Amino acid sequence: MATNMTGSSQAQGGIGTAAAPATTHDDHLHEHDHHDQHWLWKYVFSQDHKMIARQFLITGMFWAIVGGALSSLFRLQLGWPQATLGWLEPILGKWVVGGKIAPEFYLALVTMHGTIMVFFVLTAGLSGTFSNFLIPLQVGARDMASGFMNMLSYWFFFLSSIIMFSSLFLETGPAASGWTIYPPLSALPQAIPGSGMGMTMWLVSMVFFIVSQLLGGVNYVTTVINLRTRGMSMSKLPLTIWAFFLTAILGILSFPVLFSAALLLVFDRSFGTSFFLSDIYIAGQALPNQGGSPVLFQHLFWFLGHPEVYIVIMPAMGMVSEVLATNARKPIFGYRAMIGSLIGISLLSFVVWAHHMFVTGMNPFLGSVFMFLTLIIAVPSGVKVFNWLATLWRGNIRFTSAMLFAIGFVSLFISGGLTGIILGNATLDIQMHNTYFVVAHFHLVMGSSAFFGLFAGVYHWFPKMFGRMMDEKLGYIHFWLTFAGVYLVFMPMHYVGIAGFPRRYYAWTGFDAFSQFADLNKFISTAAILAFFAQFVFIFNFFYSIFRGRRATQNPWNSTTLEWTTPIIPGHGNWPGEIPAVYRWPYDYSKPGSDKDFIPQTVPYSATPESNLPYEQELSE
Amino acid sequence: MTALTISLVLVLLLVVFGLLFRIQILTAIFSGSTNREIGTSNRVNALLMLVFMVVGGALFFYSFVQAYPKMNPPIASIHGHAMEKMFWTTMVVIGIAFVITHILLFVYAYKYQHRDNRRAYFFSHNNKIEVIWTIIPAIVMATLIFAGWKAWTRITGPAPKDAVVLEVMGKQFNWLVRYPGRDLKLGVVNYRLIDASNDFGFDLSDKASMDDFTASEIHVPKGHPVLIKIRSRDVLHAVYMPQFRVQMYAVPGMPTRFWFTPTTTTDEMRAKLGNPAFNYELACNQICGLGHNAMKFIIVVDEPDDYQAWFAAQKPNSQNADLMASFKQMSKQTGLGQGGSQEARKSSINETGESPATMPLSAQSSL
Repeated sequence: MATNMTGSSQAQGGIGTAAAPATTHDDHLHEHDHHDQHWLWKYVFSQDHKMIARQFLITGMFWAIVGGALSSLFRLQLGWPQATLGWLEPILGKWVVGGKIAPEFYLALVTMHGTIMVFFVLTAGLSGTFSNFLIPLQVGARDMASGFMNMLSYWFFFLSSIIMFSSLFLETGPAASGWTIYPPLSALPQAIPGSGMGMTMWLVSMVFFIVSQLLGGVNYVTTVINLRTRGMSMSKLPLTIWAFFLTAILGILSFPVLFSAALLLVFDRSFGTSFFLSDIYIAGQALPNQGGSPVLFQHLFWFLGHPEVYIVIMPAMGMVSEVLATNARKPIFGYRAMIGSLIGISLLSFVVWAHHMFVTGMNPFLGSVFMFLTLIIAVPSGVKVFNWLATLWRGNIRFTSAMLFAIGFVSLFISGGLTGIILGNATLDIQMHNTYFVVAHFHLVMGSSAFFGLFAGVYHWFPKMFGRMMDEKLGYIHFWLTFAGVYLVFMPMHYVGIAGFPRRYYAWTGFDAFSQFADLNKFISTAAILAFFAQFVFIFNFFYSIFRGRRATQNPWNSTTLEWTTPIIPGHGNWPGEIPAVYRWPYDYSKPGSDKDFIPQTVPYSATPESNLPYEQELSE
Repeated sequence: MTALTISLVLVLLLVVFGLLFRIQILTAIFSGSTNREIGTSNRVNALLMLVFMVVGGALFFYSFVQAYPKMNPPIASIHGHAMEKMFWTTMVVIGIAFVITHILLFVYAYKYQHRDNRRAYFFSHNNKIEVIWTIIPAIVMATLIFAGWKAWTRITGPAPKDAVVLEVMGKQFNWLVRYPGRDLKLGVVNYRLIDASNDFGFDLSDKASMDDFTASEIHVPKGHPVLIKIRSRDVLHAVYMPQFRVQMYAVPGMPTRFWFTPTTTTDEMRAKLGNPAFNYELACNQICGLGHNAMKFIIVVDEPDDYQAWFAAQKPNSQNADLMASFKQMSKQTGLGQGGSQEARKSSINETGESPATMPLSAQSSL
């Protein structure tokens, strides 16, 4: 492992200069005592994008286990509301009262599960890992535009993680007003215990998280715009980079709005302002706050919150496009349409936020406008799906673990995306809003499918990250268990949702209307807990392969993109010599006339007269 | 002891798993399968794609059919029937898209699995089919949007003038309900006047609030439009009546509303479902705290005659001695509620912002 990481001062001097010296010499540097300091700068406060990516990935995996474990706990409650869970007492202490999960703990569980999964795993863990790792490698840069800012981005995320994780151990519990933290519930400690210190820590943590996202985002955008290697025009970028680029822009434009919402909420909570509070009588007391609007908060929250789901899903889309093309040995179908649909989705994502608010009392006319804009998103999303299908058509498919997860992604994205057509319709949302139909919808379309994109990415780029291969057999087992598990959990959840079961209910037993699906809930819980445990196959595979996996070759997937032209374990600065120039688009797979089934981006047209298309032939002359 | 045994078994299982894994790797190396780039597992995975489609599809179909009778809450409002139709029509449309795309996905995955003697077809784009599959979804979406928009406008449009008006107020953790009384005007309320005997914060200096009354169940007449005014006095709640397909947030400081026309009385629904214990229920559907799942309230749909009788039998505020005493005390304490009705109405922050019904339920006028 030690030899994988580089970061000597000499190598750093080479950043950004085309003729950087070879940097593979630092294996021996490590052996000397006086390089103790280097250890800290290499592994901890590293400014190397590859190390930062690994830091994001491992932190994200930690959070995913925590988030998954929390969901298993509340699924226990939902599946077996009458069961005695005394055996949990040694772990959870006072949160289990007389064998029952306490209601305040239940609400804290769902809140923290959502917060952790959306922000810490699928935003930081997914986009943080792969934007960092792939942008410099695939555009042909020595590192990010600012290595220092990049390091800060991770450490702000780390700080944010520490604060959020500590809040789990508070006497009054962590935030418990739902991951959307709607005030007044989140503003008033007398409304729910979690809105005391837990909410304060949630907000502080989220502020640091936003700082981290902005530092990262500015870096990604700058790197993609300024540091592309010779010949790498925007129309030759792999779709991964387009996806990361647009994701970063979305983040830069929308996270500040969440920041403002959080800030105003802090003011309401601590300094007596009334941005979101009005006419409240609570705990035997009339509060003096007048004139605020809780709906204002929802507008601010969802102005981030909706782009956020695209921030989560677009990197996955980019990576899936790449993995599908590589393993179908075919060019991605409709490269320009893929970019166009990404841009379309990005633009639309800013004007659909209020479809989360059809029944909040917002003016119904706004509802009509947002319904219209929301349903339009189905068109670019549909284009993407059709293009992925067309990419598989007449391919020559290798089922690597990454490929399986990419195909799984397409399936989940379709299944979850289609129900969005129901929820985006304001009329139907009257009944479906806040039911398990919504829960099933977004867990498929942005939860599970983003996870599948993440897995596809890890399996695919693991050789580049760690110089070794993950075990394929375990990868297959992991995929099939997870794929079946996800469907077994979320398909039946639609039924529960159509029946109108409200989300964030500790138990439905009080209502006759919600009494018919006890068995189904037991089934869902069982499937969810099993699917959670199946993830340990991945965890084992991951850590085992870092140390003992089969050694990777330079280009194990016969891929065309730039990262596979680096050494097996790229050093600091990525390419030992000059950065290669790029001559062609990244999807020249199975090109007629070529004897190999892939032509890397670095091969000029003049070297491949046998396979050039007419206009390419002109370019080469 | 059991715990120890279980952990021992778990540890042993893990060890066995680890050993099997190692053996698998070693046999793979010795059999040389690690050197072949694409082996048997590719065929197995391709076949599993097909198996997953067939078995998964069958299970999905079977479970859906099994659950279908249980997943449709009975419908008891006019717009509810229209919504139900739109819901299942949309489900059919997306169901078709779901089936087609999944068949293509899994069949392509199986059919185009790697073969040594085949080469993938270099096919980078085709403008014609791209335009086609952009336009078709666009047309389908446009149709759905239009239908949804028309229904939405109708449902959220102004309530008929002769609608029965009542107000629901959410609080941690139950619902409060009041009716306008014989004058058909909801009186002024002010949250600062709330105390134990005055849950609503009635401002009794407003004459219109004197004959308001509160109720422990919601009663509404069948076949007559009902306008529910909604407010909250602490955190967000949501009025959710699944059988009437009604949902609207209760927002502190911002009154909201929803109107609907019930079509089936409670008794009729009991007979129809063969369940004598059936009741229409009002649930909270926006997380509001520890008792979120306990905010149940019963809605009774009466025949108009019965509704009228029930309405007439309610005791107005003016006859509630506790309430009157509480108001006097709170009024003195806060200096509020002394301005007479007009001024109170003007200064009230809690005015619902909509004039109450001008044309009473025909039966009511005879009261």
